[in-house]
Amino acid sequence: MMRSASWRPSSAPKSRMPSAARTRREFLGLGLAAAATPFLPGRSVAQVAPKVVVVGGGFAGATCARFLHRDDPRIEVTLVEPNPVFTACPFSNAVLAGIREIREQRFDYQAVRADGVRLVQAAATAIDPQTRQVRLGDGTMLPYDRLVVAPGIDFRWGVIPGYTEAVTGRMPHAWKAGEQTLLLKRQLDEMPDGGLVVIAVPANPYRCPPGPYERASLIAHSLRTQKPRSKVLLLDAKDNFSKQGLFTAAWRQLYPGLLEWVSLSQGGKVTHVDPSAGTVSTDFEEYKPAVANVIPPQQAGRIAELAGVADRTGWCPVDPVSFESRLQPHVHVVGDAAIAGAMPKSAFAANAQAKICAAAIVALLRGTTPADPVLVNTCYSLVAPDYGISIAGVYRPRQGQLADVEGAGGTSPLMAPPGTRSLEAQYARAWFKTITGEVFGQG
Amino acid sequence: MTGTLVTSAALAADATLIASSCSGCHTRSDTLNTGIPRIRGLPEGAFTEAMRGFRGGQRQATVMDRIAKGLTDDEIRQLAAFFSAQK
Repeated sequence: MMRSASWRPSSAPKSRMPSAARTRREFLGLGLAAAATPFLPGRSVAQVAPKVVVVGGGFAGATCARFLHRDDPRIEVTLVEPNPVFTACPFSNAVLAGIREIREQRFDYQAVRADGVRLVQAAATAIDPQTRQVRLGDGTMLPYDRLVVAPGIDFRWGVIPGYTEAVTGRMPHAWKAGEQTLLLKRQLDEMPDGGLVVIAVPANPYRCPPGPYERASLIAHSLRTQKPRSKVLLLDAKDNFSKQGLFTAAWRQLYPGLLEWVSLSQGGKVTHVDPSAGTVSTDFEEYKPAVANVIPPQQAGRIAELAGVADRTGWCPVDPVSFESRLQPHVHVVGDAAIAGAMPKSAFAANAQAKICAAAIVALLRGTTPADPVLVNTCYSLVAPDYGISIAGVYRPRQGQLADVEGAGGTSPLMAPPGTRSLEAQYARAWFKTITGEVFGQG
Repeated sequence: MTGTLVTSAALAADATLIASSCSGCHTRSDTLNTGIPRIRGLPEGAFTEAMRGFRGGQRQATVMDRIAKGLTDDEIRQLAAFFSAQK
């Protein structure tokens, strides 16, 4: 029996439909007319369009909404997103370093709407997986046949003692791009020469694994010419990090004496912050930086917990073929919120997962089984404006997880032919243009 | 549902499901110029030759060598057919 009871082919006898599903549908007011209506390609008879609601309009959610509509225009796709403008995180580190404008990070939803996606500018406040409805802030209920939860991340306040939401005005995280990015940039701009910049880095998993190291690099790049007596200190809650060999080699070459990484075993884990004293502490040291950038531990966006799709880790286990939640049927999770096996939490991965999820939902609504996908991730980091490095991976479902394909993927070579780093920096910018075009633009 | 329908739908889906990651870097847009080569509309032979070259190391790349190593011959053929059919 296929799992999408509501939109199975008419050839399946009615008696095979579980009575609970029938009750649910009747409760939703779809009635038996809908139950008897086939949803097959090429049918010209009147149909009740299946409803898919997507919660969250970032790289994952906006992609999924557009591709659901593109893959089958008969699906009624509603995208629930409270913000009229999306501010992209990739390349926001370049904004901090003053080599990019924040407006280049901002995207609206005009093209998404023009595609035929219904945009509801509101926050989802509750999800009832039993009756299959999403509740909005104003009390409106949106019924769904399939729900996509793509809320990105939220922060686990207080896990670093002293670091609460109220402290972010003083010690920004800047790990969701926007006002926080601008605040951190202002603090960096106002810092006198000779100042100490501390970046507190969390343990895995978190959004954008190489992001903190790119940030340290680009801040060091701007300090090198403008405030050369300053220093960037990475206080890390782990002993290894993404693209480590490439970053450390580049740091030695480009930023000697300007950038230092303190690993977990060297006492790098931040154990306490005191916003009024302006201090950041580890088990061994108390620092009083001019600028404190605290990237706190993270979890799936709150709505995932409310939907019952987050497990005890705070993240969402999913099926690697359909991205359907392991905890709630008919609910899919894509992007940073999902536990996607070996795939990192990146914008590239979110976009790739969302397209696979959209295709799977279309298949499920038609009563067919989604085919096994192949997914790719490519993450670029800038160590300097013309110095790019990358990590890539190819992933397939294996034993219920998205597993790394052995022999594929990996990082840019440590010893690269001349021109490689600047070419990868160009490709990084090209990637951003392509992906934001596909997600928010005409692409 | 009939067996034939499922089989052909599944086959058609396969190329799409592999190709969907590609447009993260290689734009589907006709108007956007990014600096990363466009692959839609590429002749089958050119696509297959490039991908095999990336995979085998005969063709220089920044990242495509690492990605091509994750695909089978059959998948490269499917992708070649898929992209060449897009105009």
